Amino acid sequence: MPMTPDTRRQRESRTGWILMTPALMILALVFAYPILRAFWLSTFTQNLGTQLNAEFSGLTNYARLIGDSRFWQSLWNTSLFTAFSISLELLIGLVFALILNQTFRGRGLVRTVALIPWALPTAVMGLAWAWIFNDQFGVVNDLLIRLGFIQERITWLGEPTRAMLALICADVWKTTPFIAILLLAGLQSIPGDLYEAHAIDGASPWQSFRHITLPLIAPQILIALLFRFAQSFGIFDLVQVMTGGGPAGATETVSIYIYATVRRYLDFGYGAALVVVTFLILIVAVLLTAGLLSKTRVNLTGD
Amino acid sequence: MARLELQHLRKQFAPHVIPVKDISLTVEDGEFLTLLGPSGCGKSTLLRLVAGLDQPTHGQVIVGGTDLTFQPPGDRNMAMVFQSYALYPHMTVAENISASLKIRKVAASEIQQRIGVVSEKLGLNHLLDRKPGKLSGGQRQRVALARALVRNPEVFLLDEPLSNLDALLREQVREELKQIFNAQNKPVVYVTHDQTEAMTLSSKVAVLLDGMVQQLDPPSRIYTHPANRFVAGFVGSPQMNFLELNCENSMARVGAFSIPVPTEVGERSQIDLGIRPEDLRLAQADETPTFRGRVTLVENFGREQLVTVQVAATTTKIRMVIPPDQEWDEQDIAVVLEPAKIHWFDSKTGDRVTSSVA
Amino acid sequence: MIHQPDPALLTLVFLTIMTAQNTTTPPKKIPTQRILLWVGVALMLLFCLAPVLWQILTSFKTNPAISAIPTVYIPNGDQLTIAHYFSLGNEFLRYILNSFLVSLVSTVVCLAVGAPAAYALARLKIPGEQIVLAIVLVVSLFPYVLLFLGLLEIVKAAGLGNNYLALIVPYTAINLPLTILVLRSFFQQLPKDLEDSAKIDGYQTVPMLLQIVLPMTIPALVTTGILTFIFAWNEFIFALTFITRSELQTIPIAVAKLGGASVFEIPYGPIAAATVLGTIPLVLLVLFFQRRIVQGITAGAVKG
Repeated sequence: MPMTPDTRRQRESRTGWILMTPALMILALVFAYPILRAFWLSTFTQNLGTQLNAEFSGLTNYARLIGDSRFWQSLWNTSLFTAFSISLELLIGLVFALILNQTFRGRGLVRTVALIPWALPTAVMGLAWAWIFNDQFGVVNDLLIRLGFIQERITWLGEPTRAMLALICADVWKTTPFIAILLLAGLQSIPGDLYEAHAIDGASPWQSFRHITLPLIAPQILIALLFRFAQSFGIFDLVQVMTGGGPAGATETVSIYIYATVRRYLDFGYGAALVVVTFLILIVAVLLTAGLLSKTRVNLTGD
Repeated sequence: MARLELQHLRKQFAPHVIPVKDISLTVEDGEFLTLLGPSGCGKSTLLRLVAGLDQPTHGQVIVGGTDLTFQPPGDRNMAMVFQSYALYPHMTVAENISASLKIRKVAASEIQQRIGVVSEKLGLNHLLDRKPGKLSGGQRQRVALARALVRNPEVFLLDEPLSNLDALLREQVREELKQIFNAQNKPVVYVTHDQTEAMTLSSKVAVLLDGMVQQLDPPSRIYTHPANRFVAGFVGSPQMNFLELNCENSMARVGAFSIPVPTEVGERSQIDLGIRPEDLRLAQADETPTFRGRVTLVENFGREQLVTVQVAATTTKIRMVIPPDQEWDEQDIAVVLEPAKIHWFDSKTGDRVTSSVA
Repeated sequence: MIHQPDPALLTLVFLTIMTAQNTTTPPKKIPTQRILLWVGVALMLLFCLAPVLWQILTSFKTNPAISAIPTVYIPNGDQLTIAHYFSLGNEFLRYILNSFLVSLVSTVVCLAVGAPAAYALARLKIPGEQIVLAIVLVVSLFPYVLLFLGLLEIVKAAGLGNNYLALIVPYTAINLPLTILVLRSFFQQLPKDLEDSAKIDGYQTVPMLLQIVLPMTIPALVTTGILTFIFAWNEFIFALTFITRSELQTIPIAVAKLGGASVFEIPYGPIAAATVLGTIPLVLLVLFFQRRIVQGITAGAVKG
């Protein structure tokens, strides 16, 4: 069939939308609808007090949220958890990436092994970590006693600070490989002659690292940060399995609180308000990081 | 008869991105047209317009009197050989060659027979069951060629088919290409940036720059009668010398020396002179040299020497080809410039202003 | 063979011991480097494997050995058992089957739906494709806890509670952004000449996609499929919310429930055994497809 240029372009565009439609529909159903629905539901009170009927209540839920110290506590816990785990992961992940970027016998095998924590289910490995940090029989206590750091077996998951520490530990274990892989890809994309040229110019290894490696893997670092921030901010399974948010809410993250509000207290309206606020915080943070990311990209190409 | 006509083809991507501005060409049966030009001149875009892979903003593509401008590429009965060969990696050589025939529902027996003929011609018989990944670069190139030939199309399009081969192989395949397409008696459009390919293969060359045809002529004429400074500089190696000269009383001045300007050029105050390095020679003892100068650089190519001469009392430099056994005086070299070999160009437009070069 | 001092390695040495003198003593440098590298490798292996190995060891220890103080690191013959594995019973196989079914189906659907979208985004000129791409990118960062409330309503309204579909559809969706991004970057790397060549050969759009593009896409589909399978296998919050009937549960839920089942004595041995069984398929995937997984992760994240 002969066609004019216009109909041909229209046809291409139509084909494109047809190809994308199933995917977009599923995304709309599972992502867009729940979020929009949360915005809507958050202006209603729907809980046991209203016999689970939705009653319009305007911004009541948000007013309640502002005075809800449990929410602010969970936000603080989440931030703490996110900040510490991501910093540690980045640091260890960078060291891992530098190691994996070397040539040594058995490197392929080591890379494979390094992927294992990433691949295993968080919920399942959370149990393994709970066992490791067990008060009575845990291997951590045993090792610390043998090494002479402590005299008595101590409580880990039952003590606020140490419970958080244990969670961070487990999370670092689980997600460092992801960061290491991303950073390794960044390292491998740096041409070796850059280092050679820099070394001939008289740079020390530390200077090479500062002036070549770090700037050139900056995009990967930021991408890793972005992904990890979002994941860490929504952490649920690990906490649910290891501490359930305890002791006394000391490790309760925002998602644990949302889940409890909806599932345990059946307070759907307030739960929706929590979802909305968390969503907005996340979007702002993501936009900030993305802005930063586009800047580093420009810098790199502008050099 | 399937003459290929392009009429006023234009392709515009954005207000200032116009890779093909206004190109009209005709390629007769058995003619081998080469689109020659530097990268970005619009030659590949033009080929894609002919093939139907891109749509022209306006203009027509006509084959054998039928307007194909809005036909999808599969309905144009044109075959194309890609620079990357574009062999389907998951198909064997035989499947690659026959893919287009199967789509056109050609009978299996005829497909077999046609594969046989083509693979015989290109020496692919022992490779028919292999996948492209297991072939050498030269073999892949042959398969790509076979895929085009087997269709027996009305027009052949070739997009830099030799540029992925190493230099030795390229020369050999070039000769084969010439024989193969001589025998086809179909319009062939061949895109290249390599002037040697253009000169040796074509019956006609279109030199392209900035989306416009600069010159359309047989290869020999492109060489002897370049239509403008760009063509003169692009075709020929080592490159033509260009001198931007002042004129007075029909004499062009190079330092203290004068070169007569032919009368048909007319009276001008400025003119560009072009002379190929092989058209300069050392003056005989009894001859009046065109100019004298001093040698600043000698490049020995074995077969010849390329000598750079600085014209006395000027900064003007001219390169000339000298036989390897000839000797000269480094400090004072006398050079003769055959008037008949000089190309004159308008100093503003760059267009050729004489037609009398022998 | 001459050993060139490797700058990146030197950097590593630097990071590890934080001293500037190192570079001034070139002759000693090379062995120190190698030793430090191997120490680093060993520590890394320990870091990655220790929790897993400990769980494996626990799963084979008898109850007295598990609760012995001080902790038993190298059990003798009497302290070893495979009883914990048997104690899990046949229902555990059922959980594995559930996980397998849900993960496999959602992976297949995800690829079938995601690949055409990725192709369209990579190859076709579509007004608004940048917006679609941005949405896909942002969506890939959503924590699932933000979605489960709305999804719970849908599941209830559609009567999909305790139905595999209640997991298959969300799993397909949560894996779609990654699938689209990875496959899009793959399609962009695919030489366009092949499709042009197919068009000139006379292929129509759909046959071209199926006969020319799809066969070349299989490696990328496998890579992406492995990632989506792993993510689906590991998903927790939807499985916890939408499936309440025990015989439909997936592995992460079943194992987690095992941990919270008994108030008085937590069955460490069976939990450990369940951990091992529930993660074996994933470990196998990692062992066989390490290279592809790494490719997938980097393509999904970097080429966005």
